[in-house]
Amino acid sequence: MLSRERLGFLCFALLIALGPLVFKGGYLMNVLVYVGINTMLAIALNLLLGYAGQISLGHAGFFGMGAYLSGILTATYGWNPWLAMPFAAAVVGCLAGLIGFPVLKLKGHYLAMATLGLGIIIYIVFNETVQLTGGPSGFSGIPNLSIASLTFDSDVKSYYLVWSFALAVMLFSLNLASSRVGRALRAVHDSEVAARVMGVNARLLKVQIFALSAVICSLAGSLYAHTVTFVSPASFGFNFSIELLTMVVIGGLGSIYGSFLGAALLTLLPEFLRGANDYDIIIYGSLLMVMVMFMPGGVVRCIADLYRKLAKPKHEGGHA
Amino acid sequence: MLELHGITQVFGGVTALENVSFTIEKGDITGVIGPNGAGKTTLFNIITGIYCQTAGTVHLEGEDISGLPPEQLVRRAMVRTFQNIELFGGMTVCENVMVGMHTKSTSGLLACALKMPWSVSEEQRIREGALTWLEVTGISDLAEVTAANLPFGKGRLLEIARALAVEPRIILMDEPAAGLNSQETVALAQLIKRIRDMGITVVLVEHDMELVMDICDRIVVLNLGRKLAEGTPREIQENRDVIAAYLGDDD
Repeated sequence: MLSRERLGFLCFALLIALGPLVFKGGYLMNVLVYVGINTMLAIALNLLLGYAGQISLGHAGFFGMGAYLSGILTATYGWNPWLAMPFAAAVVGCLAGLIGFPVLKLKGHYLAMATLGLGIIIYIVFNETVQLTGGPSGFSGIPNLSIASLTFDSDVKSYYLVWSFALAVMLFSLNLASSRVGRALRAVHDSEVAARVMGVNARLLKVQIFALSAVICSLAGSLYAHTVTFVSPASFGFNFSIELLTMVVIGGLGSIYGSFLGAALLTLLPEFLRGANDYDIIIYGSLLMVMVMFMPGGVVRCIADLYRKLAKPKHEGGHA
Repeated sequence: MLELHGITQVFGGVTALENVSFTIEKGDITGVIGPNGAGKTTLFNIITGIYCQTAGTVHLEGEDISGLPPEQLVRRAMVRTFQNIELFGGMTVCENVMVGMHTKSTSGLLACALKMPWSVSEEQRIREGALTWLEVTGISDLAEVTAANLPFGKGRLLEIARALAVEPRIILMDEPAAGLNSQETVALAQLIKRIRDMGITVVLVEHDMELVMDICDRIVVLNLGRKLAEGTPREIQENRDVIAAYLGDDD
């Protein structure tokens, strides 16, 4: 028996799988690869912010660490990419866990500041360790991922590669969200003191989810590095951390599908606005403002409310 | 069951509690009363590990539990409710109670995310358990309602259901009748007696004297951070010091 949630996910996965048939390669295919990577990142941040209620303004740093570690280990040291990816994720996860212990004691604005600082430090390291990372001019020559004779070097191949990971992360997070751990996370979000009284070790849980979130970011970073084959610090700066935050908020806090919508919207929108020349940034900004004003619960909540409003009159019509 | 010895709490220059000692007997409903600012809630926060006392010890069934955090105390079967109900507002009523069963389940982060067979069957058990507790408190018809949308009285019941899901041996309730109407208070009194009959020791801070005198086996009176009196409801009602503290002693 398939539950409704499972069925919903299968439909979603099917739609994703059919993507390349609809778009027939081309430029949009390339953008959809980024949508997949950004979906992973938005979900990672949403687990932390939307579920556990802990903000991070440094997530681009974890993304960058995954990318650089994978890139350097494979291109400079000749590691197998499939080995570099989990190794990078483990390193980033451990680091996030170590940093998380003291940092996640902070709340609200102070936590935002601390994670902001963390992101900036990581960014500076990318720029300054020129010997290792190539500094501001970037790091190139990163190999594509490959399985036997299949190398993921075209947009369509990258699309399937990236989305396999993105869908796995999505399923993983959906499962997590509906489990006892997911409930404990939301409990910490709603009332930390009550969660603790119920036996939830809030401190440990926050560190765990921070580390998990960083691991997902690192995986996304590795995929990015092996797909684009070139990385530079500019992709992992403070701006990108804010963009991730925007994806999560626009899509809907505490909604995994919302993270996909937010990521898709914020990745595709600038592409569609390309034609507007210099006005694109103004339109982009205005759209975001309007969305936050009129859909405070995110796109997902808005769609759910709309559906309920449309469905309701039918029920009431019978009584009237 | 619960022994307090020489509890003192100082906030900055203010002494909120001074050398408070008393013992709570197993199976009793004990009321802690006193005028506003007597230190009742502070005392609760110390017992349940939210604050750490300046001096004094708390023993639960002989074990020194002074300074243990709440997440440790719940594993020793102690639980509490809050004066301003602390629900998980974004979750359904059923999910709230399911969090109460956190310590009765063990699946870790990875087992949950990978839907391991044991975590799936555990989830089923948690849900069924939660529904049982909703029935005990009479709110099972609200299982799928978002907790933030509950009327206040139902929120109280939910908080009690969630606390019972912990399967406590002792439950501390901070003003359970505050904000309830008279009907709801009567139902609450019945529920608290039923909780005692389940073999759970009950301690409550309460301002509703009628409720306290009705259901409590023993009463401890605090005034200005000190223990003023201790005894059965009858003894307390006749205690001159208590009457003076409540009504003023300038006669």
